This record gives sequence, C-alpha cells and structure tokens, in this order.
Amino acid sequence: MAVKDTAVEKAAWTRKDLIGIEELTREEVELVLDTAPQFVAVSERQSGIKKVPLLQGRLVVNWFFEASTRTRTSFELAAKRLTADTLTMNASVSSAKKGESLHDTLANIEAMHSDIVVLRHSYAGAARMLAEHHASSVINAGDGYHEHPTQALLDAFTIRGHIRRRKDDPEAGLDGVRVAIIGDIAHSRVARSNIYCLTKLGAHVTICGPRTLLPVEGERMGINVTTDLREAIRDADVVYALRIQLERQQKCLFPSLREYIRLYRVDKEALEDAPPNVLIMHPGPINRDIELATELADGPQSAVLEQVSNGVAIRMAVMHLLLNKS
Amino acid sequence: MSNTHHGYEDATVVMNADTMADVVDMLAREIAASTDDIASLVMLGILSRGKPLADRLAARIGAIAGHAPRVGALATTLYRDDLRSAKSAVRAEQVTHFDFDVDGATVLLVDDVLSTGRTARAALDEIVDYGRPKRIQLACLVDRGQRELPIQADFLGRKIPTDPHDHVRVRLMEIDGEDAVLLERRSPDPVDAV
Repeated sequence: MAVKDTAVEKAAWTRKDLIGIEELTREEVELVLDTAPQFVAVSERQSGIKKVPLLQGRLVVNWFFEASTRTRTSFELAAKRLTADTLTMNASVSSAKKGESLHDTLANIEAMHSDIVVLRHSYAGAARMLAEHHASSVINAGDGYHEHPTQALLDAFTIRGHIRRRKDDPEAGLDGVRVAIIGDIAHSRVARSNIYCLTKLGAHVTICGPRTLLPVEGERMGINVTTDLREAIRDADVVYALRIQLERQQKCLFPSLREYIRLYRVDKEALEDAPPNVLIMHPGPINRDIELATELADGPQSAVLEQVSNGVAIRMAVMHLLLNKS
Repeated sequence: MSNTHHGYEDATVVMNADTMADVVDMLAREIAASTDDIASLVMLGILSRGKPLADRLAARIGAIAGHAPRVGALATTLYRDDLRSAKSAVRAEQVTHFDFDVDGATVLLVDDVLSTGRTARAALDEIVDYGRPKRIQLACLVDRGQRELPIQADFLGRKIPTDPHDHVRVRLMEIDGEDAVLLERRSPDPVDAV
C-alpha cells in the first residue's frame, strides 16, 4: 500500500492517562492540538450523522465530585460523538455519600470494564492517585487547585486557530503570542494548566490580579506578574478573564467586589490601550459585569462560545489518543 | 518499464508521466461514457493522493462531457479498522471536506492504489454517515492485488502484479513534484522490509 507520507510527523502518544499539562512535552501538547481539527469537522457536519466509530463499544465513565455543567456535558458529548457508551456519576447520589473510598468505587466500576474514567475532584492529586492504581485511562477534569488539562488544551487550540486565521498561515504556532490572564490566579487550576500549556508552546504569559490572588511562585514559572490591569493587557494578543469565586471575598482575599470591578474588570475602558483585535476569552461560567463586561463577552472579539465548541473536539482528541494509541 | 527511478534505487518505474496522463484520460472517458446523468455525479478523492487524481479526472470529464463534476476530499482515517497503527495528527487540508449533498447522488470514490480494499471499506462507512447516495462507485489509478475484502474498482487504470512485500509508490505532481508509479521489490525478510 502506498505510504501516506504527508501526514504530520509528531511524537506518538504513549500515556495511559491525562493528569496535567506540567508533565507533557511540547510535542505531546501539539499532538493533541493537531489531532483535534478532524473532530471539529465531525461536529460541524451539515448532514448525516455527527459521530464517528472510533470508540465504538468502549465505556467512558464521567465521575464528578464537584458541580459542573459545561465540562461534564462536554466530556459526555465528546464520548458520544466517538460512539462510546457513557455513564455519568454525580457524587451527590453515589456511594461516596455512604463512605465508600475512591479506590473501592473505581474498583467496582472497573469490574464493569470501564475504559476511560473522567474525574473531577476537589482534592489536588485525586486523578493521579487513581491513575497509578487502576487500569482504566484517567482524564483529570479538574483536581482542586492543581490542574484542568483539557481546558488549557482547548484554550491553546482556540488561540492557535485565531492566530492562524489572523496571519493567514495554517502552520502558525503560539511562539511569541502574548496572553494576559486576569483574576484569581492563585486558586485557579485553569490558570495553572494554561500557564504550563502556553509557555510550553512559546507564548508570553502575563498574570494580573490583586496581590492576594497571585501565586507566590509566579516569577519562578517564567511569566510576567503585575497588579496593573492596563499594563498587563497593553500588548496582549489575548485577554483571558478568570471567573471570580465570590466566596474568596468572604475569606478577605480582596476587600470588596466593587473594588475588584473597578481595578480588574475586563471592559472597554480597560482595553483602551490594548491592540484593537485583541481576543477575549473566559473559561465560563461568566459572572457578567464582574470579571468580564457583557459587551465584551458577547462582542465580536469574544471567543467564549468557540472555546465551548472546541472543548468537545479537544476532548474527543484526548480520548482517541488515550484508547487508540499504538 | 524496467528503468530505475533516481530517488528510489530499488524501484522500477511502472508508469511514467505520459502513460499516467493517458490512463487518466482513458478513465475520464470511461466514466463519462458510463454515466447517463453527469449532473448528478460527484467525486470524492481519498486523501492524500486520491484528491489530486479526482481533480484531474473531473477536469477531463468536464472537457469530454461538458460538465465537470464537483470534487471533495475524504480522509477515511476516522473509519479505519487499524486505528492503532494510524497517525492521529492531521493537517487542516487532510480533514474530510466537501460542500455538496451526497443524498441521491452518484458518488465516485477516487484513490491512487487499490490493494487490501480496507481504505475503500472505510470510505463507504464514512460516506453513508453523510447521507444515502443513489450509487457509490470506485475509480483507482492502479490495482496491485493483495485484496483482503470483496471490493473491486468500477474504473481501473492499470493492474500491477505484485508480491505481498512489494511497495507500490504513486507520485503525483501536486504532492511529489512528478508523475510516476514506482514498484519497489522488497525482500520478505523483516530485516530488509522497512
């Protein structure tokens, strides 16, 4: 048979699990991003069946110990569009309430021959612990303040798509792209995974927020740190607003919501010095007009809903790589 | 037939550029002659090299029949039965894309090499996920044998007898900078068969 030697040559995927971006190589990150476009095309089909038989007969278990609509439905849809069988377990109705350990619950799921377990848990390290002791492929869908790797991958994929269209270069990467991440960086697994992912891909990351919400290790991660919003976004190609967890204010990490809005809300006024075509992103769900102005969230520069669409494709790519690796 | 190809020392040129042009022309004439309603004919080239072949055939059919069928590209990678050996990463241009409706159409699949039949099988599965064509046909530049499924080409350029370990390499101007079909004889010894 003729060798199709024009395929993109990249490092093969060898990992059983996806726990964090930190341990991935740049090549592995790019492999996921390069695998996703064909899955965007599946979801965008105008006629016929919006699914492909890559995971036919496989079992994907969504196991969520924290409230999540967007991420859970995104994983569930990704599995269904790969023709996998899906089970969703919410902790509120599961045996965790009866005192069963994570290990015992997963051992019982595995006795039913699960192939992928998608885990969201409030403890950092929960996904890695299960991955090391069980045969199923584990995808970390958010563990405490640690990581949320598929969110970072879908964000990088979204940014890369915009850069490629802007430069009219289908091969363009994120090298030199400036991304400003605004808000509660210290308590955000989305920010942490994004910082690892974007810096691996060669982007320049600036984090910005109240001093109490910035991580102490910021400078050590090789990124710019500032408390001045206008400075952070002056040269930015992308402004990424994080969700403010309102309960942080009760812990006195910032004095008042009104002050946060005045100093850190991403709005038209804050963007006055920014490049005119700056891309606006947010991981959702948005506190409208608190961390992000409605006119920007719904405006022409917003990639918020595109992030959601791309999330399904990225999660399809990850599941395909985990189960169909050579 | 027996001259070697400069880039591939062990390769024999089994089809040169002139012959390939003749074969494409012959295929286009056969397709035009056997299709009563050219307007309902659409073509899907199997990526990578089936697509430029389909473009060439469509242009020739246009010259012969007065109507060039629309051409799309089919990746088939998401429908293969050997996923574990398949590459995952794709360039944007290697993704399935076509802008016509296959419902009720006569779909002509175009590929460079017909061998096991597994690519054509994957293509059939992919097409029926998009709709219900009136008819699906297959056109191939060369058939090297070694079939593993009951699939045959409706329109065939050349048959090339091969041994299982031989390698048939189709090179096209649009991708490789030249038109040629090469046959590389390979030893069944796994040390030599790369």
